[in-house]
Amino acid sequence: MKRYTFPGGIHPKENKSITEDKKITAIQPPDEIIVPLSQHTGSPSKPIVEKGSKVHIGTKIGEITGFISANIHSPVSGEVKKIDTHPHPSGGEILSVFITNDGKDEWENVSDRDIESISGGDIIEIVKEAGIVGLGGAAFPTHVKMSPPKGKQYDTLILNGSECEPYLTCDYRLMVERPEDILLGGRLIARTIGVKRCIIAIEENKPEAIRKMEKIVGRYDFEIITLITKYPEGAEKQLIWAITEEEVPTGGLPVDVGVCVQNVGTALAVYEAVKYNKPLIERAVTVTGAVKRPSNFKVRIGTPFKELIEKAGGYLGIPYKLISGGPMMGISQYTDDVPVVKGTTGILVFKEETNSLVRTACIKCGRCINVCPMNLMPTKILAYIESGDFSNAKELGVLDCMECGSCEYICPARRPIVHNIKLAKLRLRK
Amino acid sequence: MLKVSSYPHISSETTTRKIMFIVIAALMPAFFGSIFFFGIRALIITLISIVSSFACEALCQAIRKKPITINDGSAILTGLLLAFNLPSCVPYWVPVVGAFFAIAVAKQVFGGLGYNIFNPALAGRAFLMASWPSIMTGKWVVPRLGTMSGIIYSLPVEMTSNATPLTALKDYSSVLGLPELLNAKSTIYSLFLGMRGGCLGETSCLLLLIGGIILISFRIIDFRIPLSYFLAVFSLTGILWLLGVTPVTPLFHILSGGLFLGAFFMATDYVTSPMTRKGRWIFGIGCGIITVLIRLWGGYPEGVSYSILLMNATTPLIDKFTRSRIFGY
Repeated sequence: MKRYTFPGGIHPKENKSITEDKKITAIQPPDEIIVPLSQHTGSPSKPIVEKGSKVHIGTKIGEITGFISANIHSPVSGEVKKIDTHPHPSGGEILSVFITNDGKDEWENVSDRDIESISGGDIIEIVKEAGIVGLGGAAFPTHVKMSPPKGKQYDTLILNGSECEPYLTCDYRLMVERPEDILLGGRLIARTIGVKRCIIAIEENKPEAIRKMEKIVGRYDFEIITLITKYPEGAEKQLIWAITEEEVPTGGLPVDVGVCVQNVGTALAVYEAVKYNKPLIERAVTVTGAVKRPSNFKVRIGTPFKELIEKAGGYLGIPYKLISGGPMMGISQYTDDVPVVKGTTGILVFKEETNSLVRTACIKCGRCINVCPMNLMPTKILAYIESGDFSNAKELGVLDCMECGSCEYICPARRPIVHNIKLAKLRLRK
Repeated sequence: MLKVSSYPHISSETTTRKIMFIVIAALMPAFFGSIFFFGIRALIITLISIVSSFACEALCQAIRKKPITINDGSAILTGLLLAFNLPSCVPYWVPVVGAFFAIAVAKQVFGGLGYNIFNPALAGRAFLMASWPSIMTGKWVVPRLGTMSGIIYSLPVEMTSNATPLTALKDYSSVLGLPELLNAKSTIYSLFLGMRGGCLGETSCLLLLIGGIILISFRIIDFRIPLSYFLAVFSLTGILWLLGVTPVTPLFHILSGGLFLGAFFMATDYVTSPMTRKGRWIFGIGCGIITVLIRLWGGYPEGVSYSILLMNATTPLIDKFTRSRIFGY
C-alpha cells in the first residue's frame, strides 16, 4: 500500500496509549453550564436569551451575526442565570451564557429524518442552523466550508482522521466506535458539495480504526488512505498535499485545489444534525496526562474543565500546566474554570515542566528549516522579529506560518519561535 | 498556580549542550589515537588548549557582563579542535595564544556562540600560521609505528623523512620515484590508519571516519557537507591526475592532510556553515575546489583550513540564495 505523507514535520512522542483504549463515556452535565458566545472562527454570536429565560437542550441561545459565524445552542435544559464575561480557553474573557441545569434533560425538538432523500441545499441549512463548526480544533463554521465561493468547485472530500497531536485520542475513539455514522455524515457532506471522490485519511498509528474503516468504506463509496505518522499530518494544507500533491496557494483556500477537508468528528456531528435534528451541544474530549483516570468523555459544551478533571479522578499531584488541546498547539490555561467549547479536543495536564528550558543563542543548526512543513526559515524570521524588522519577516513568509510549532519543538537552543511569530502576525495585521 | 506559556509545550531531547558533547565524544577515537601516535605531549597540548579556551570564554563573558555559559560545551569543543590542528611538538604557549585568538577574537568579539562568522578553531590556527609559520609547519614528529611521510619502504631520498605526505608531494614530487611511493598501497594504508606526520588530531582517517559516522548516524551533522567535500576533492584531483597535473592519485589526496578532520568536524560547524540543504552541497563543493587549488597551486602544501575559512565567509550569501520556495507560492 502506498504510504502518504508531506515533506518536513516531526516525530514527537505520541503518548496516545494512555487513553486509546478508553471508550468514550458520556458524563452528566454539571449544575451550572457556561456557554461562551464565541466558540468559532469569525464574528461572535448574538445572545437571544436573557436572564430568567427557560431553555431546553438545543434551544438556540446565540445567533449567527456575520457571514463567518455560527449559532450556539443550550446544552442542557434549565434557566438562564446570567449573561456575563467568563474566562475562555482560547484566552481572554468572553461574553458567556450561564445556565442553571434543571437535570431534566428535555430536548427542544428531535426528529428522525430520512437522510436519503434530503437535498444538498437543505443539508447546508440544517448544518448552519445546528451551529456546527470544525471539531479538529480550529472551529471554522462548517456551513461556510460547505458553500464554496462563486466560480469554485470541490472535486474531493477528505475526512481527516489523522489526529496528529500527541496524547489526543477522541477522534480515534470516534472512528473505532462509530465508523458508520462518520461515513454517513461524510456522504451527506459529499452530496452537498457535489464531489465524486471521497477519502478517509488515517495515520498509521491507529491500526484499529483503519481495520474498522477498511471493512465498511466500500459500502459508503469511500476510499481509505493511510498516512505516515508524523506531526502536523492533519494540518489541512499538508494533508491535501500528502494525498493529492497539490499545494493550496498562499492566501488561498483548499477549495482552490478542489479539496474539502472535514474532521471525522465534524462529519459525525453533521450526520446527527441531519438525522436527528441535533445541534452541536456536545463533543468528544480526551482528558489525559497527570490525572488519576485518563479518559475519553462525551461532554456537553460549557462544562468547566474542573468538572472533567474530577470525573477523571482528579489531578495526579499538583498540576503544573493545564492545556486546552494537545501539547503541540494547545493553549495553557491559568484557571480550570474555563468551559469546554466546540473546539476543545482535549484537556492535558502536566505536573512538571516538559520542555527543556536551557535556552542558548541560535546555533544555526538548520533543524527548524528542515522540519518546517511550509518551507520557511524560522530562525531567520525570528532574527528579524527580535530586531523589530517586521517587514523583512513578512518578506520571508511569516504570514504563511501556521504556527504548528515543529520548529520550536526541534530547536536545540529552545528559541521562542512560535510566540514571536504570533506577535509579528499581530503587528503586521494592525 | 498554573504555568502559562506559549505552545508547543513539549520539546525534543536534543539541546545545544547535548550536541556539543556528542561532537566531543565523536572526537574521542581520534583523541586517543593522537596520544597513541604522538605520545603524552599530544595529551598535554590538548589539555592546555581546552583549559585556555574554557578560561578565555568565561573571562570574555565576565568582561562583557554576559551570563557565563561555559557549560554549554562549545568552548571545550573549540579547544579540542584547535589542539587537533596543531603539530604535537609546538611549545606550550602556542595553544594558549591560539585559544585566546579563537575564543576572544573569532568568537566573543562577534557576539559569542552563534554569531561568529569564522570557525573559531580554524581562525585560531590561521592566526598562529600567520604569526609563527616556522613553529606551525617547520617541525613535525614521527608517529609511533609509522614514518613521517607515510612511506614505509626504502626511502630514495632522505628528504621524505622530515616531510609530511603533503609537503613531500609539494616540495619533492620531481624526485624520481617519489610519486610512485606516495601512491603505493602501503603508503595509502598508513595514511588511512594514521601512521604519518601531521597535526595531532588529523592523521588517522580511520578514527576520524568513526567519529564522522557517529555524527551522521546521530543526525548531528548533515552528510551533505562531508560527502560533497570528499566528492569534489576526489573528482577534481581525479581529473587532474588523469591529465597529469598532479602525480598522485585522488585517493592520496583524500587521505592526506586534514581533509577527514576538516570535512567531518570543521566544515560542518553549524554556526559557520549554511543552514539550507542545497547550501550545504554548495559549501562542501566550494571547500573541495579551494582545497585542491591551494594544494596544487598555492603557497601551502595543505588547503583544508583556509578553504573552510574562505567558505565560512560565503555562508550568509549561500543561505540567502538557496532559500527554498515557500509552500503555496
